[in-house]
Order: sequence, then C-alpha cells, then structure tokens
Amino acid sequence: MSATRAEICVVACAEAWRGDGEILAAAMGTCSILGARLARLTFEPGLLTTDGGALLTAEAVPFGAPAGAVEGWLPFREHLWLVQNGRRHVMMGASQIDRQGNTNISAIGDWARPKSQLLGVRGAPGNTICNPTSYWIPKQSTRVFVPEVDVVSGVGHDRAAGLGPRAARFHDLRRVVTDLAVFDFGTPDGSMRLVSVHPGVEVGQVRAATGFDLTIDGDVPETRQPTGEELRVIREVLDPKGLRYREVKA
Amino acid sequence: MGVVTSIEEIVGSLESGMTIGIGGWGSRRKPMALVRAIYRSSLTDLTIVAYGGPDVGLLCAAGKVRRVVAPFVTLDSIALEPHFRAARQRGAVDFTEYDEGMFMFGLLAAAHRLPFLPTRAGLGSDVMRMNPALRTVRSPYDDGEELVAVPALTMDVALVHMDVADTRGNGRYLGPDPYMDDLFAKASGRCFMSCDRLVEAGELGGPPQTLLVSRMHVTGVVETPGGGHFTDSGQGRDEMFQRHYAASAADPEAWAAFADRFLTGDEAAYQETVQQWREEGR
Repeated sequence: MSATRAEICVVACAEAWRGDGEILAAAMGTCSILGARLARLTFEPGLLTTDGGALLTAEAVPFGAPAGAVEGWLPFREHLWLVQNGRRHVMMGASQIDRQGNTNISAIGDWARPKSQLLGVRGAPGNTICNPTSYWIPKQSTRVFVPEVDVVSGVGHDRAAGLGPRAARFHDLRRVVTDLAVFDFGTPDGSMRLVSVHPGVEVGQVRAATGFDLTIDGDVPETRQPTGEELRVIREVLDPKGLRYREVKA
Repeated sequence: MGVVTSIEEIVGSLESGMTIGIGGWGSRRKPMALVRAIYRSSLTDLTIVAYGGPDVGLLCAAGKVRRVVAPFVTLDSIALEPHFRAARQRGAVDFTEYDEGMFMFGLLAAAHRLPFLPTRAGLGSDVMRMNPALRTVRSPYDDGEELVAVPALTMDVALVHMDVADTRGNGRYLGPDPYMDDLFAKASGRCFMSCDRLVEAGELGGPPQTLLVSRMHVTGVVETPGGGHFTDSGQGRDEMFQRHYAASAADPEAWAAFADRFLTGDEAAYQETVQQWREEGR
C-alpha cells in the first residue's frame, strides 16, 4: 500500500502530538484534525479530541461525524479557559508565516486599511503565548512563507524573546507541517529549520516555496511513511470519503 | 424583570451612537430578527461588540457601524464575512481587534463591574500595536509578571437570542454551547432577548443548567420564531441560504436584489420570503 501526499501530511500532523499525553489536541484544517484523531487512535491514546464543536468525544470519531458518546463538555468559554490552563497543544492554520514563526490570520497589507481583510486574530495571540503551538499549512508558497508577516496574530520567537523569560515561559512553537515538508525551530536563534521533506519532494522545491532563508542542516531526511495500520485507520475509519483530498490533492 | 415587547419597540428604544453587544458566536445563534430590524432602522454610528458573524456583516452593509469590537468576523462554514471585509477594505469602519480570550476577559470584567482583568493573551502580538490604549499590569506578588489588563467591555445594550424564554425574561438554550450570552446580558445596561418560543413563567422546564439568562438582567423579551435564521440556532444553520447571502454580498447588483427581496419588509415578511425562496429551490 503506498501512501498519498495527503496521507503523509496527516501522519506528519499526527506526529506533532507524539508524547503529549492527556491534553486536548486542538486542530484546525482537515489533515490536522485527521492527524489529531489518528494520533489518539494509534500512538498517543491519552489525547482528548472534539467533534469539531463543544463536545469531547469518548472515542476519536470520523471526520464530520456526529460526536456519539461524549466524555466531556468544552463550550467556547471553557475552551478559552483551557488555553489559559495550558493542557492543550493547538495546530492552527496561517495565511502568512515568517522565519521566526510569527503568523498572520488577521489581514493582508496595512492593518489600518487592509488590502485583504482575513478572519481577525481569533485565538492566535493567546494560543501562542499560553500553549504549545504547531501549524498546518496545506499549500506552501512564497505568498505564505514570507520574510515578514503583515500582522502578528500568532507570536513568533523574536516577539516572545522580547517579552522576557517570565511572560514567555509557556511560549512553545513545536512544528510546521506543509504539503511539502516538516519544519521546526530547533536553531540557536529560534528561526525555522527544515526537518524533513515529504517523499517525492526535493529540498530545492521547498526552498523555492519559501520566501526567507531557511536553515538546512546537512542531508534532509524524508518524512516518514505511514504504517499499514495508520493507512487503514485514515482510509477506513477516519476519512472514508476522502475529504483530505480537498486540502491536498491525491 | 423583562417585559414582553416587540421587535419594533426594542429597536425604537435604541439610539444612534450607542455601543451594542450582540450574543452568539460567528454564524451561531445570533439575534438576527433584531439585527434585521436595526438594518431597516435609521440608526447610525453604532459600536458593535461581538464574536462577529453575519450580524456584523449586515450592519456594516447598511452603513450602521462606526466601530466593530471583535476577535474575528466569520460565517464559520464560509471563512470570511464578505460585507465586513468590504467595509474594512474601503476603510468604512474602525476596528478594535482583540484575541478571543481577551475578549471574554473583557466581557467578564464588564459583567462583574471590574475595570479590567489580567491575561497573558495578547502579549507579543500586534493586538497591542493595533490598540495603543491597551495597558499592561504587573503582578504585585513575588513573580512580578506583566500581563495585559483587558478593559471591561461595557455596552449600552446587549441583544441575545435564546431557544426558549418565559414572559418574565428568563432564557434557556438547547444547543451544545451557551456562547457568552449570559455575560453579554450582565455586561450591558439593558439586555433584550429574542427567542424562538415564548412560554408562561414557570413553564421553561428542562435541566436547570440550561437556564442561561436570568430575568434580573433582561429588560425586554420578544418571541421571534426562526429569529436566529440563517445562523445555527434551533434547527441548525441554513447553509444553503447562507451561501446565497454570501454570494449575493460579493456582488453589488446581486446584493441590491437580495436586500430588496429579503430585507425591506418586517420579520414576518422575511420569514415568508425565505420560505418562498426555499420552495423555489426544490
């Protein structure tokens, strides 16, 4: 069984939560949501996941399925308190991300009168300053991987460092997964580093889709292949309708 | 204690320049019947405080809004609210943009008569740059931590929509999420509540923890069956109609036709026209 790019991405997203234990895996975007639930169904069974709404489901449910049995209640007010509490690792989307991991979902252009108004900062400022945060970006390009974001919604390493160690002590950017590769921030200055390229992707392609200097240490490995069991869970249990292909083409 | 009133009386009691909080979240359980009535009114220069959805969009489209206070404006299943986008991109509205948690802390502060509440949310982000009046506060204890002092989000009036209410102004929600509607009620000088179904006092029934809004915080209550349409309330979101709304909003001519058809008459006319539209689509 050979895995599609979308399935590689789902597993790469799932890996973000490895070792997290009993915390909420909060996910945005199809491959990210599938990744959270896949992690729970395989190597990280302690994770808590939702139905996409206010319910903590007793088991990880298929994408878009009703909650079924419920083990907890997490309406928006409780979710926002949980952000403060900290037992949560969020994987968000980003319209722009820069080398230091600052992200923008608010507006493109000058914030005062934007060229393109996007969502607004939503929970990104609180998420990044209070919780481990990863990103899922379904279409990497130089429009998204930019030298400097227009609006800082999610806080990157330079901004966090500017706050001092006390205020930034929960700031923890983990990994960035795109349709091409996986990145982290394991460099001395906290800038973005290429961790692995997905099977079939050249390092040059990743570089060409990145609008800033990317740290690349030596030979870059391939993102790992899904196991047979992971593929079965993605295909037969979590996403039999193939909604992952709306985000990342087969 | 709330008195049973009408949509027209509620909107007639509002004034231009007021700060109006609107309950719900995104495109979920919004008091749309009241929003539509404001859309038809002569009110202007409003400050709208909301976890924004089509409520904010519609009022921006009608030129009612001077300032939006929100962490986002979205239709949920359609990410971006077209009217709000257009208003921002033409520079037609001011925007106080907060993090979602900061926004809740602002509501909590207002609901509990505190000047501010402290939080980490916002630190290091451009929320501090967009809102130069925001201040931080240092912990007076040994940790000395610096936090954002989110000012109370006080408002003149709040509008919320409940599934069921009684004639005294007690409100019950039946969905999975209360959103922040009780906080809006407590944060406002006056709260008006619309509901899908109005019952006599003592007949609300149901588990007590679903009794979200108390009459002690409610000035007036009005029965508006389907008053949350097209947002997610009661029967779920009317996705087909929301798509029609969003597609129309993206084009001036299509919007003129939409507004002419759906938004010129009163609430009863709206509900009837939506029913006709639905039958045409079959």
